[in-house]
Amino acid sequence: MATRRVPLLLLACGSFNPITNQHMRLFELARDHMHSTGQYQVVGGIVSPVSDGYGKRGLVLAQHRIAMAKLALQSSDWVTVDEWESQQPDWTETVVTMRYHYGRILKEHEQSTGTHSDSSGNTSPLSSPCPQLKLLCGADFLDTFKIPDLWLDDHVEEVAGRFGLVCVSRGGLQPERAVHESDTLSRHSQNIFLVREWVRNETSATEIRRALRRDQSVKYLIPDSVIEYIHQHNLYTEDSERRNKGTVLRPLAKQAQQPVKSLDD
Amino acid sequence: MDGQNITKVVLLSCGSFNPITNMHLRMFELARDYLEDTGQYRVVKGILSPVGDAYKKKGLIEAHHRMEMARLSTDNSDWITVDAWESLQPDWVETSKVVRHHYDEMLEAEQNTDDVDTVKYAKKRRIEENYEGSSRHKRRDSPQLMLLCGADVLESFGVPNLWKQEDVAEIVGHYGLVCISRSASDPDKFIHQSDMLWKYRKNIHVVREWVTNEISATHVRRSLRRGRSVRYLLPEGVVDYIHVHGLYSTESEQKNADVVLAPLQKYTGGSSS
Repeated sequence: MATRRVPLLLLACGSFNPITNQHMRLFELARDHMHSTGQYQVVGGIVSPVSDGYGKRGLVLAQHRIAMAKLALQSSDWVTVDEWESQQPDWTETVVTMRYHYGRILKEHEQSTGTHSDSSGNTSPLSSPCPQLKLLCGADFLDTFKIPDLWLDDHVEEVAGRFGLVCVSRGGLQPERAVHESDTLSRHSQNIFLVREWVRNETSATEIRRALRRDQSVKYLIPDSVIEYIHQHNLYTEDSERRNKGTVLRPLAKQAQQPVKSLDD
Repeated sequence: MDGQNITKVVLLSCGSFNPITNMHLRMFELARDYLEDTGQYRVVKGILSPVGDAYKKKGLIEAHHRMEMARLSTDNSDWITVDAWESLQPDWVETSKVVRHHYDEMLEAEQNTDDVDTVKYAKKRRIEENYEGSSRHKRRDSPQLMLLCGADVLESFGVPNLWKQEDVAEIVGHYGLVCISRSASDPDKFIHQSDMLWKYRKNIHVVREWVTNEISATHVRRSLRRGRSVRYLLPEGVVDYIHVHGLYSTESEQKNADVVLAPLQKYTGGSSS
């Protein structure tokens, strides 16, 4: 029965510099996959652009990245943009962003059902099932877990164990291998959902920016409304690409306790 | 100096467009960028020409639906248009004849700037400006019509009985070809291995796609049959149209299932089994 399914929200963290059709495809692929398990009902998707403090080369202001993501998702009836992460003065670890959103989701859930979790953390049997939050990421994301000092062990444990991952891969065994090679990920493999994308699509925000700098068309790779916004604000130029040049990525600067962002390219 | 030696180009894309995808539309953008970057061409117009129902391809849905989807998807392009002529022919028409038809139309449009009727007013005016913009000077070089296709079409020239060789010679020899190449294909090698294509190699423009994107109409139909999302693979208006009309089901995929493709019927004298 449909009501037995666990309500699920998907969170995608990344630069979204700019958001592309491929980013939005990941949500569609992940939702179809999670529904096909028969266990989940995807009730929402959240795009969470990283803050300017991330220090990534060519990263344009969060206000623009937010505006573009909103334009791109105007026509989606389930994926929304959230500004919280982008408004933090410093870069935020992915796990911290997940905690914030999960806290918010639980509160909304309690308000809407009028029930409270009891002391043991279980909701009463008659209430609707408690929603879950999982991190949506691209194929290369799992590989970042094995980069030394990039992730704190506790954070990997919390992201994979407490929340869970939905990872869209482009074929090959790369994601399976990444799970296999990490003890923490293997332990939580039942909470890591690997989605196969059968159509290769290598659209990346890096390629989009490159094309824009060279005055090549990006039509049909990103929504028209986003193209218009980019031109109006003259966003991606050789100058903008030099932003943060020579700056150490904030997670690396913060050494030894830094998750990276998930939808980077 | 503006446009002294610049040749105007109209790009024609023939195919099933069953349904049209973002990839079909991307091909036009890639071709235009490439040709204009050579400094020799100015692309003034793109034409999508969906094949008629008589083509008898498996799973080919009615032309009026394919036409409408193509129209919807080009609403927000200021240079790509859709033409119904080919789709309205009772029998399957060889691509070379379609090219010839559009070449004649193009020359006519050149003369009286009165354009094809499927073009909406704003777009029509824009396209007229495109024509005029480069024809101010007295030397009225006639525009060139080029067939736009994927590497798979180029390679299909070698499939027995699919193409008449004199038609291929006419297309590449007299008009010209713009071929978008995907990661796995090697059109240059294919051209090298065909004496005819080699002869006309200067009329064949191979455009490398800088971002691999393998959206195919076959994949889209398969996803739709299985109730999977196709959003962001096709323009939103097309996704909506497909859902409203309940297009692409297991039944529709069985259309023409046992019928021989029209070109194969024609060139081998075969008939449907």
